[in-house]
Amino acid sequence: MTAPTGTRPARTGGTRPRVAPLRPTRRPHRAGRPKRSLLLTVLTGLVVVYSLVPLVWLLINATKTQAGLFSSFGLWFSDDFALWDNIRRTLTYDDGIFARWLSNTLFYVVAGAGGATLLAAVGGYGLAKFNFPGKRAVFAVVIGAVAVPGTALAVPTFLMFSQMGLTDTPWAVIIPSLISPFGLYLMWTFAAEAIPDELLEAARLDGAGEFRIFFRVCLPLLAPGLVTVLLFTSVATWNNYFLPLIMLKDPDWYPLTVGLNAWNAQALTVGGDVVFDLVITGSLLTIVPLIAAFLLLQRYWQSGLAAGGVKG
Amino acid sequence: MAPPQPATVVPDGQESATSGAGTPGTARAKLPRRRRSWVGWRFVGPFLAVFALVFLAPIVYSIYLSFFRNRLVGGNSFVGLDNYQQVLADPQFWSGVGRVSLFLVVQVPVMLFLALLVALAVDSGRLYGRNFFRLAVFLPYAVPAVVATLMWGFMYGTRFGLVGNINEALGITLPDPLSPEWVLASIGNIVTWEFIGYNMLIFYSALQVIPRSLYESAEIDGASQLRVITSIKLPALRGALMIATIFSIIGSFQLFNEPSILQKLVPNAITTDFTPNLYAYSLSFSGQQYNSSATVAIVMGVITMIVAYVVQLRGMRKDG
Amino acid sequence: MIRQRRRSVFTALAGALALVLAACGSGGSDSGTQEQLSAQDVQAALEAGGTIKVWAWEPTLKEVVTGFQQKYPKVKVELVNAGTGDKQYTALQNAIAAGSGVPDVAQVEYYALPQFALAKSMTDLKAFEADKFEGTFTPGPWTSVHAGEGIYGLPMDSGPMALFYNKEVFDKHGIQVPATWDEYVAAARKLHAADPKAYITSDTGDAGFTTSMIWQAGGKPYQVDGTNVKIDFADEGSQRFTTMWQQLISEKLVSPVNGWSDQWYQGLADGSIATLVIGAWMPANLQSGVAAGAGKWRVAPMPQWEAGGKATSENGGSGLSIPTAGANKALAYAFVKYATTEEGVKTRVDGGAFPATTAELTSQEFLNAEFPYFGGQKANEVLSQAAQNVVGGWSYLPFQVYANSVFNDTAGKAYVSGTTLSDGLKAWQESSAKYGKDQGFTVN
Repeated sequence: MTAPTGTRPARTGGTRPRVAPLRPTRRPHRAGRPKRSLLLTVLTGLVVVYSLVPLVWLLINATKTQAGLFSSFGLWFSDDFALWDNIRRTLTYDDGIFARWLSNTLFYVVAGAGGATLLAAVGGYGLAKFNFPGKRAVFAVVIGAVAVPGTALAVPTFLMFSQMGLTDTPWAVIIPSLISPFGLYLMWTFAAEAIPDELLEAARLDGAGEFRIFFRVCLPLLAPGLVTVLLFTSVATWNNYFLPLIMLKDPDWYPLTVGLNAWNAQALTVGGDVVFDLVITGSLLTIVPLIAAFLLLQRYWQSGLAAGGVKG
Repeated sequence: MAPPQPATVVPDGQESATSGAGTPGTARAKLPRRRRSWVGWRFVGPFLAVFALVFLAPIVYSIYLSFFRNRLVGGNSFVGLDNYQQVLADPQFWSGVGRVSLFLVVQVPVMLFLALLVALAVDSGRLYGRNFFRLAVFLPYAVPAVVATLMWGFMYGTRFGLVGNINEALGITLPDPLSPEWVLASIGNIVTWEFIGYNMLIFYSALQVIPRSLYESAEIDGASQLRVITSIKLPALRGALMIATIFSIIGSFQLFNEPSILQKLVPNAITTDFTPNLYAYSLSFSGQQYNSSATVAIVMGVITMIVAYVVQLRGMRKDG
Repeated sequence: MIRQRRRSVFTALAGALALVLAACGSGGSDSGTQEQLSAQDVQAALEAGGTIKVWAWEPTLKEVVTGFQQKYPKVKVELVNAGTGDKQYTALQNAIAAGSGVPDVAQVEYYALPQFALAKSMTDLKAFEADKFEGTFTPGPWTSVHAGEGIYGLPMDSGPMALFYNKEVFDKHGIQVPATWDEYVAAARKLHAADPKAYITSDTGDAGFTTSMIWQAGGKPYQVDGTNVKIDFADEGSQRFTTMWQQLISEKLVSPVNGWSDQWYQGLADGSIATLVIGAWMPANLQSGVAAGAGKWRVAPMPQWEAGGKATSENGGSGLSIPTAGANKALAYAFVKYATTEEGVKTRVDGGAFPATTAELTSQEFLNAEFPYFGGQKANEVLSQAAQNVVGGWSYLPFQVYANSVFNDTAGKAYVSGTTLSDGLKAWQESSAKYGKDQGFTVN
């Protein structure tokens, strides 16, 4: 990923049109326009270099053949430029299983992250706008449960899912993806912010049912928050590794992460095909769609976060 | 200068959640509407139902398992609290706890501090090309932990990896990042790399919602940049800092993916009891000791909750 | 309405808990009944047809499955790679514990088989008349599939050890191929002195390698009699190995690169790792992972403890077993036989695998095959010879999978600190013994 959209115009008020009217006093941008500082830019630039070097390394090494990988300087190109060939081989290796993993991952993201966003939105809205018995306990329980290490719960979860006949099916990946505690928190604070109580009162006076109010009136107001949570849960689902590793045996259901690790593990297998070059190119192909999604949707998710997602 | 709104990390009711918006100038009035009713459950219910299945049920099952012991020879038997006694007296378990605690007190502050600096820098408007900065620092978050670790693992190689390249090019000998002495720091580096951007964004977002009027009055008072940061921005970040800290504590105590993948490269440096989570994994997956593993999980969960709770309490007390 | 909703939430919660408790109740697999199976039963099953699931990671099995399905069109074989080695055993043990999703056939390495045999997770094939295959297989693998009186799988491949060396590197520094371990240590010194970047081999502590080396040295650290287990790394054979290998470690003559990592493959390719003492299955890996080494590598017999000796040991290797909880044992057995004793063997050998059957190991076609990778050498002559000379009397622990998993926690210290290998093995012994006791074995 070469320097992404450094040229994008500075953010204007247009990025948050939907929530801006609710908060007329929030600054759409900086007060005044402070002087730019070269020193600060350079210092912060160090962190950027730190963030980008490994990605550059990945990009460069995806252009190398396996032999080139072992014999050339890591941060520069080797003589043979094999990126296109590597991509072709990644996509066709083992009857094109990579494409299958990619579509699996997309499916898990759509179902898992989509569902998680919906559950978080509905739940967060409920927490933000209703007073109900046990409410104070809800978040405490959620945080408390999150504190128990998931990997250690893997076996109990596996045994349970196995009893329910869910292992080795997409459900075993999707159902756990439906829960995003952070998403719940984000939607909670966001709904508290973005939905004026007056609006609810008015809708209730009109005699609308609670769910109707939510879906018709509130959901559109929650849109920036939804995009934000959707993006975070998408990343979580896209990166999900451990649970699918345990739950799935059939490579036809693997997501990309588990598939890539399986390719990497081939080097450890008697008679296995050693494909470090494909692991590297596959890694690159795995993160490109996510980064593209970030870039394309950035005005939405950034405004979603900014509009009170995580506020002080 | 108007004092910033007290922050609460876990909104304990709609009051604090909405009152955050009640900073000067916010037109929204609170209505005295909320009667306690069960209607809210209809909205929270679906989330909690799935949550119960995915989180609570395995925990309950683990608690059940922790009271038994299943052996290759002799079968399954009820042992009461024996497993807890064993885990609490297990030096391997505590060495893992010690390691993640060290990780916690070193890596988390470094990561959050860097994230905070970048967030403040980007927010200050003094950077050239700040959109690029914001995005570039955030990108690593999009990289799956598996890929990130494989990548860094390749780079850490002292023979053929990037570290080896650098040694050769500069004629120096950097310490081996994967030696037993350095491997924890190397893992810290990977985790920091993965999550700086994520935390930066959380802080940045919180900075974005500080009302402009605060800056204006600060300007009128003639406050310096530093003073604006310490008096307005940092207090406003407290809530975000708290949630980031708590998630980081949980993340540290559950450290697993990075060491478990690196373990294939350096099994002598990363032992099977390297972190409590790795230990639990190895107990149940290599050793078939589901019961001990479940016990470790429960004990770690309790420890994590206590630490998170104490941190949160302290954070609240500071709010006065 | 409200009330009803509320109840539905609790119903969901209660449902989840009920499932948990249901899951708790299961787990015990039946072990008592042992069904009999005759050749006629197997033939009948093949004619009736059906589907079986096979868990294996061995790459050549793909072709074997194709051949099997062509021969028996009514049978469908689902070949699943459920992970390599211990990953698959974990999955298998989880599936057995859950009582569902257990495959009909599973690939199990010899070192892991006793564990499954002890738990009666695998079917004793004696009841399927498998004892008639005595003599079909070389002695090493054949004893490896035995546990107590039972036969818990049929050998698929074997890994008699040999010395793979980089002739180009040896020639460059005027090093003779070592025939004894003393010569091997001398060669290590000479090589590293001539080229500080080159090492005789790499080792960061590998349980499989260590046990195989002790095996060849005549050590018998594990004595197993049912649930009575004796672990002792102080015996003569073990000490023989540690004394020799300690020299290489102390003098920093082994490359500290972890086996099977990218750096390891690089080292094998660029000559900085000059030899491998490893199982006979290695050629396939060299060809695919170390393409740059083509023409440079050769195979020689394993170095000996006594000049003129021929002793070898097994390193790795695996068989096909039939889980007790599998659904279709007759078809499963038909497939296992096909893959390990019938046409499947040739398919696998053609695919580059190293067989465990005497007939293939002694066939002229096999012995005379010239390997372009090894500069035209008839490598199988050496490897086949190795297969005939495996030292007898070795056994693994009935919990070797766990023991191996903690090897690097204990013995691995010898590679990264001042601990000696001998002390490291002592720590490994203690750790293994503790686990054995925890699991109800009698250990001394």
